[in-house]
Amino acid sequence: MSPDVKEVKKKLRVATTSLAGCFGCHMSLLDIDERLVPLLDLIELDSSPLTDIKHCGPCDLGLIEGGLCNAENVHKLREFRAHCKILVAVGACAINGGLPAQRNHLDIRECLQTVYLTGLGVERGFIPNDPELPLPLKQVHPLHDVVKIDYFLPGCPPSADAIWQFLTDLIAGRTPKLGHGLIHYD
Amino acid sequence: MSTEKPRPTFQMDGHDVPFDEGQSILAAALAAGRYVPYLCYHPEFQPHGSCKVCTVKINGRTHASCTTPAHEGDVVESNVDELNDMRKGLVQFLFTEGNHFCPSCEASGNCTLQAVGYDLGMTSAHYSPLFPDRPLDASHPEVLLDFNRCILCELCVRASALVDKKSVFSLAGRGIQKHLVVNAESGKLADTELSVDDKAMSVCPVGVILRKRRGFQVPIGERKYDEHPIREVAVQKQKGE
Ligand code: SF4
Ligand code: SF4
Ligand code: FES
Repeated sequence: MSPDVKEVKKKLRVATTSLAGCFGCHMSLLDIDERLVPLLDLIELDSSPLTDIKHCGPCDLGLIEGGLCNAENVHKLREFRAHCKILVAVGACAINGGLPAQRNHLDIRECLQTVYLTGLGVERGFIPNDPELPLPLKQVHPLHDVVKIDYFLPGCPPSADAIWQFLTDLIAGRTPKLGHGLIHYD
Repeated sequence: MSTEKPRPTFQMDGHDVPFDEGQSILAAALAAGRYVPYLCYHPEFQPHGSCKVCTVKINGRTHASCTTPAHEGDVVESNVDELNDMRKGLVQFLFTEGNHFCPSCEASGNCTLQAVGYDLGMTSAHYSPLFPDRPLDASHPEVLLDFNRCILCELCVRASALVDKKSVFSLAGRGIQKHLVVNAESGKLADTELSVDDKAMSVCPVGVILRKRRGFQVPIGERKYDEHPIREVAVQKQKGE
């Protein structure tokens, strides 16, 4: 652990969520391996897939993986923005829509029809329309299309080393800086 | 003592840079090991001066360094926040205008646009992406064109016309409508003389002109700019190393 990180006393409250993402960024966070132990001396988790706390309380830091592909993603993002002092778009999908945004030049109705009705191997298909299901957006959007994002941590996913560098910089009060080998868009 | 006349020099960010008569500020700087970010310049072709990423301040005024000849005693600013922020803005516009999904791009790790983004510390495209609809041209048996990533540098246009003598590519339209076209009545690459040994196949700085069936032969993470930052690679290239 770097010496300037040790000085921080009060634990930072951190929330994380995956919107239209694949959980790869969360997996990469867990990939910091044994560094999780010193990290947990510095932070405590609020709402997160890792705690299963469903709603976000007041937090110092929010980490969001994934872009916006449906109405629920937008609500969740706004909830995070309202409660987190610093909000970070983590990974390619949060930053530019990523893989889900590859549908953006297709018609959403045709997409749903292909996947649920006419696609290869689909039998007796139907387009899901349970009222509990959030409605898909016409296009997938990056987070900064809807709320102010304070920092972007690129990568698909960002490597564990990049996440570690970013978090230790931020926790120590430095502007996070990713040098060669840590900054990646792929 | 040598009687050879010393080469003239200009100053860049406080360092002396020697140049040959008629040499551009950019070419001289790169040859002297001083990197200036650029996209549309290529040492083997006449400079095009369109991307403006190579902009520097010469005696207080901004110029594209690839098209501006050096003069004795010029005072040039390049690696300063004001210019780097402007360069980053230009790169962000290019990311915003096209569809740059690096994780699935065959050029990732070898791409100049991406590497310049890394160099400038660009962590997002900042603007709202336009998500243009640009269908691929997969008509050619050996070559795939992915127009989503074109940055309109005209290097393929220049290489195909001047080296290959085939003029396979052109740019058409103006402003935001400007786009790469294939010079064939059908508009399809299969109906041109393009062959895989053409110079035009090897000059694209991004991931538009791609050999089929070669994808991901070198894994992501082991490519040119994964190994060394463009700041180092570009000055080696200029020296012909
Ligand atoms: S061309 Fe370059 S910037 Fe665009 S998607 Fe490919 S690697 Fe990324
Ligand atoms: S296809 Fe490549 S080389 Fe040709 S103009 Fe576009 S970016 Fe430049
Ligand atoms: S490199 Fe000079 S304008 Fe593009």
